[in-house]
Amino acid sequence: MAITTFSSAEQYNFDIVKKFAIMALVWALVGMFVGVYIASELAWPLLNLDIPYITFGRLRPVHTGAVIFGFGGSALFATSYYVVQRTCQTRLISDGMASFTFWGWQTVIVLAAVSYMMGYSQGREYAEMEWPIDILIEVVWVTYLILFVGTIMRRKQPHIYVANWFYLAFILATALLHTFNNLAVPVNLFSMKSYSLFAGTQDAMTQWWYGHNAVGFFLTAGFLGMMYYFVPKQAGRPIYSYRLSIVHFWALGFMYMWVGAHHLHWTALPDWTSTLAATFSILLLMPSWGGMINGIMTLSGAWHKLRTDPVMRFLIVALSFYGMSTFEGPMMSLKEVNALSHYTDWTIGHVHSGALGWVAMISFGSLYHMIPKLWDTKLYSTKLVEIHFWLATIGVLLYIIAMWISGITQGLMWRAFDDFGNLQYSFVESVAAMIPFYIMRAIGGAFFLSGVVVMAYNIFMTIREAKREEAALEAKLAVKMAGLGA
Amino acid sequence: MEWIDWFSRPEHTKPLALLIFFVTFVGILLYVFGSKKRSKRLESYKDIPFQDDAPDNKDLSDE
Repeated sequence: MAITTFSSAEQYNFDIVKKFAIMALVWALVGMFVGVYIASELAWPLLNLDIPYITFGRLRPVHTGAVIFGFGGSALFATSYYVVQRTCQTRLISDGMASFTFWGWQTVIVLAAVSYMMGYSQGREYAEMEWPIDILIEVVWVTYLILFVGTIMRRKQPHIYVANWFYLAFILATALLHTFNNLAVPVNLFSMKSYSLFAGTQDAMTQWWYGHNAVGFFLTAGFLGMMYYFVPKQAGRPIYSYRLSIVHFWALGFMYMWVGAHHLHWTALPDWTSTLAATFSILLLMPSWGGMINGIMTLSGAWHKLRTDPVMRFLIVALSFYGMSTFEGPMMSLKEVNALSHYTDWTIGHVHSGALGWVAMISFGSLYHMIPKLWDTKLYSTKLVEIHFWLATIGVLLYIIAMWISGITQGLMWRAFDDFGNLQYSFVESVAAMIPFYIMRAIGGAFFLSGVVVMAYNIFMTIREAKREEAALEAKLAVKMAGLGA
Repeated sequence: MEWIDWFSRPEHTKPLALLIFFVTFVGILLYVFGSKKRSKRLESYKDIPFQDDAPDNKDLSDE
């Protein structure tokens, strides 16, 4: 019997995982810096500097594009390629296709950011990219789908682990959403400008079917795939209930598709449509909390890890924010609550409790777990992870508390009447009342960003140490081989 | 083709959709929690992430 030993790095394509993981960090830095800058523009409008390219309207999609698709997207690519290989115990079917998804995706993010600053936008939230970029996304995404499904099809493990189900739902749903929301007619072949295939209310409904499912499948299902792999791995114990994860998957996937119209309460959309969306939003609380409980209870019997392991703390606090924002969301989808909250900063606060608290924190935890394994080393500093954790947590809390107060204040000011039935406040008075909270939000964002700077330094040093260790080992081996040869 | 008109009426399709989705959901629950043997098999899959945890992956083959 011969024993052949392969290291993980040889058996699997970790090169692509490393590239995406590093770019996730780069885009986190860029996207969050732009976020803090535009938050500061709202607090101190002087920062617009009278330069059209850096006004809030143009930089805002640069921020959302860089954090959602640059940071979040790269983190999803990295972890999905890592998880699918390790749980299927097989290599990705094509290194070339994997490399194409990397360069294609990075090109998309850069082109999108540049085009927004130049003033090109479809005016569709989270889908601002104009048609030539949309086509590139389509090609990259179909390649990603083929690569992921192909890898699953040649798995050595008979069962497809639940994390891969979530990743697959994220890839499939994003393909559908992107295709149908971007059906448009270009003005001509050499123009960036295009017009949507849909009109009026139908256009709005298509956009919010896309918009909320981008939250549901890109920012939730994909990151739940991360959660189902990295929480058990970091905890060193399997997921609390595999059966609950199956119910979680089907219920979440089915219910999310219906809820988009809750973004269009009190509009020209037929009343029954947005009521149906609100109903499904309430129902969605159950699978969301089922998943959260499944993740948190994985730590049952090992709660002490929360005190001793800051990476575990990132993952569990992320799940707590997931639970909190999936409670807040259904509440805000109720028509009466929405009448107060819609068009106010409360919505921005809600989005960020999900985006920073859930998406970013679960990604940080997963990257802290995965990166040392990719480079076959240990984290440079656990203390820095601890510092990052507190900067991030304080940052999110400052952010969402500021937006709760400013959002509810805005809503109340807009609906206040005086004794004669006139509006009590002018719009600009409500804007002036927001300034202290905009400053507080910018400070919260700066906390969060400085945490990412700490992480980037920690990861940079981890990789540098790993390369040093590798070089030292190689030198030792070379000396040994030379000794044997002599 | 008159039967197809039946589906165009919301008062027919709404309860029909409810019935289909409810039966599917109950079916999933029964599948997942309905049998002890199946439950045991499903729960065994939770160990998959730990199966390639050895320091290195070993391919044992006869030559």
